[in-house]
Amino acid sequence: MSTATETPGSAAAAGKKKAPAGERVADWADGRLGIYSLAKANMRKIFPDHWSFMLGEVALYSFIIIILTGVYLTLFFHPSMGEIEYHGAYTPMHGVRMSEAYASTLDISFDVRGGLLVRQIHHWAALIFLAAMFVHMMRVFFTGAFRKPREVNWVFGFLLFVLGMFTGFTGYSLPDDLLSGTGIRFMEGAILSVPIVGTYISMFLFGGEFPGHDFIGRFYSAHILLLPGIMLGLLVAHLILVFYHKHTQFAGPGRTNKNVVGMPLLPVYMAKAGGFFFLVFGVIAAVSAMFTINPIWNIGPYRPDQVSTNAQPDWYMGFSEGLIRVMPGWEINLWGHTLVLGVAIPLIVIFPLVLVSIAMYPFIESWVTGDKREHHIADRPRNAPTRTGVGAAWIAWYFVLLVGGGNDLWATHFHLSINAITWFVRIAFFVVPVIVFIITKRICLGLQRRDRDKVLHGRETGTIKRLPHGEFVEIHEPLSQEQLHTLTAHEQYKPVELGEETDENGVQRKITRSQKMRAKLSKGYFSENGQIPKPTAEEYREIESGHGHH
Amino acid sequence: MSSETGPDENVSDENLPSEQEKAHGEVTGQDNPFADPGVPPHEHRIQDIDERAAKRSERTVAFLFTLSMLATVGFIASYVAFPVDKIIYVWPLGHVSALNLSLGLTLGVALFCIGAGAVHWARTLMSDEEMVDERHPVAAEPAVREKVISDFKQGAKESALGRRKLIRNTMFGAVALVPLSGVVLLRDLGPLPEDKLRHTAWSKGKLLVNENTNQPLRPEDIAVGSLAFARPEGLDHEDEDFNNEIAKAALMLVRLEPKDIKDKRELDWSHEGIVAFSKICTHVGCPVSLYEQQTHHVLCPCHQSTFDLSDGARVLFGPAGHPLPQLNISVNKDGYLEALGDFEEPVGPAFWERG
Repeated sequence: MSTATETPGSAAAAGKKKAPAGERVADWADGRLGIYSLAKANMRKIFPDHWSFMLGEVALYSFIIIILTGVYLTLFFHPSMGEIEYHGAYTPMHGVRMSEAYASTLDISFDVRGGLLVRQIHHWAALIFLAAMFVHMMRVFFTGAFRKPREVNWVFGFLLFVLGMFTGFTGYSLPDDLLSGTGIRFMEGAILSVPIVGTYISMFLFGGEFPGHDFIGRFYSAHILLLPGIMLGLLVAHLILVFYHKHTQFAGPGRTNKNVVGMPLLPVYMAKAGGFFFLVFGVIAAVSAMFTINPIWNIGPYRPDQVSTNAQPDWYMGFSEGLIRVMPGWEINLWGHTLVLGVAIPLIVIFPLVLVSIAMYPFIESWVTGDKREHHIADRPRNAPTRTGVGAAWIAWYFVLLVGGGNDLWATHFHLSINAITWFVRIAFFVVPVIVFIITKRICLGLQRRDRDKVLHGRETGTIKRLPHGEFVEIHEPLSQEQLHTLTAHEQYKPVELGEETDENGVQRKITRSQKMRAKLSKGYFSENGQIPKPTAEEYREIESGHGHH
Repeated sequence: MSSETGPDENVSDENLPSEQEKAHGEVTGQDNPFADPGVPPHEHRIQDIDERAAKRSERTVAFLFTLSMLATVGFIASYVAFPVDKIIYVWPLGHVSALNLSLGLTLGVALFCIGAGAVHWARTLMSDEEMVDERHPVAAEPAVREKVISDFKQGAKESALGRRKLIRNTMFGAVALVPLSGVVLLRDLGPLPEDKLRHTAWSKGKLLVNENTNQPLRPEDIAVGSLAFARPEGLDHEDEDFNNEIAKAALMLVRLEPKDIKDKRELDWSHEGIVAFSKICTHVGCPVSLYEQQTHHVLCPCHQSTFDLSDGARVLFGPAGHPLPQLNISVNKDGYLEALGDFEEPVGPAFWERG
């Protein structure tokens, strides 16, 4: 038998039937790229099914849509701050002095057929991209899908979110309209507040004094090349890791930490995920057909001495707008220098701090639990009450800042005093996250209790039975084994103990501050106030046998 | 964050769920009522057992794909048919561009139908039998780890990097220094700040030109309670640096009753109750422009900093850190308002060197 040395080619030459054309192309590629080994692991790769796993896909697809439409827009956009007098198709602007950037954006909107549609798809997709990343991140957070081995992928995703924010900001600044110019001015004011080097950074970024003639061109290269280039790299790494780690799955019958249950990539996910791209694209195209986004022709070109009311950034920048609006205007003048705390604290201290704390969370939690095992079963949020409380508090805090960022809109729409709203946000900034944390944790514990009752006493059927002696009882129906397993599959940690103060020889042990802190956090997470003990088999059997005597 | 638990941490793994629980789901047998019953048996869909239902699904998918084709034809037809400036009324959207609406809707339908067809195909006709893949630990086996570590050590040893310290240190030095060239190249991104932020286009004797009429302002042009915006004479919209200059020089004029002016310097720098303040907010530089004539308050529409123009533009509310700078004005011999000098302090947002 010489089959071991036979190549597909020689097999064909041996007079057997010639392989189909598709296979021969694949053979050719395999001989050069080694695609068969790659396909062996991935072609029939299993993906678990859950609606929340589509959120990341929405982000991925809107990113692709942004790149496609963005390339088209570069064909018509002039990233120049050269001043011209407008004589294009939009007559209300005739004779107005404006930058070429603004004029070419008007041309895209009014002269290029379909240009407005592509512009609007680009902008809507950007808004959806950020929203999808935000919600996807929440899904990963609340289900604990960031735990080992996925911490690095969490950081990649976090970087994509932050870079997405800045790519969006540089993007909507490019048309050089009055609104976006005001946003740039805001950014310049924030840069000036940086101690010691602020004025230098500002001069270097704008090529001199604000606004200068350079920033559109510089933002353009950051927006179309630098930032998306980095994002593309991160995105590829993110997806490779998703494939490599295999997707998390929720607990259920047959689903363990050591397997993944679902449908194969070829054909089911190929069709579903591929089809979903078209669904997302189709919906965004239809939205862009019907709903105007960023009508720069109504706003006018940028002039540093003009402004419109209701000036709002795109939604994902709203929380930084809130930070800056509610911060008291603290300024310290010492030794001929000014420390602009009113701007610097919100934008160069709190803003990065909040972002970095998101990136660090997986490492903080794994330090508290001390758990170094791999986790592939996604948590139900209720089964991690402290984590869920932290996440909900963060979201509540974010929305408080969005209210602060739109305080003028709240004031005009609800006939409220802007001062009152600002003071509300200042107080809520500290109070609301705490309240939301406590409430969320209580809700989670309540849900855990309900799960426990369901396991031990069965499902409430709603059927009332009258007993012979007149008592009314509701009939509880025992759960199936699938349900029993699903509701008890989650793990529960015990709080870490610091151990004895002295070792077996009576020598004082050294307990560091970080150990004490860890023990305290662990207690908060996993003591009886942090979780409801899940029912044990003994408890279940005891009640089961008790039923007979009832 | 010394994360490896062990003797050095004084804490043990006792808080972790036990081994038995970790393997939860693999413990089978009648004794555990919560044991994993395994993947439930596959339930057939109607399409799996009834060929007529499967045919119906096939037709639905084909219909969606056909609809997509028609929509693409519609897209091309709209592109040719509608002029770019045609506006139509569509309820409830209002007056919209016919081209934008038709292109977007046809494109949307063309794309959506491909997606809907593919998903329907996957859901009704492709196998929906659940399959199981095993997972393998990400970390390598100890033997592999040993091999890699020893290979690395061998490689490091062969490079003699640890032994030949001179090479190592000079290499680190060279690699650390070379990015400096890139940093130096950034120097010409812009000029040094020097005192640029301290000066504006205003100087002694410059007339106040009305932003709306482009005529020099006279005191009688400004009625009590009204607000006017001005720029320095000689600064023209066509100027190369107009935006840079107006970003600092933009001026806001208000006429108050002199008796209402509480601040002494403000009164000294005013003319017949006309006061001139920088229009650029001292917070982050938006133009303040919302004037409330009863209270003499002016509000920045960006972040709602509120200044009292009758009291030296003191900050009443909001995130601004200091008052709007005032321009000392008077009237020249021809009866026109003129500046008596530049602003005495930098206008706009505060910065480190402001002092």
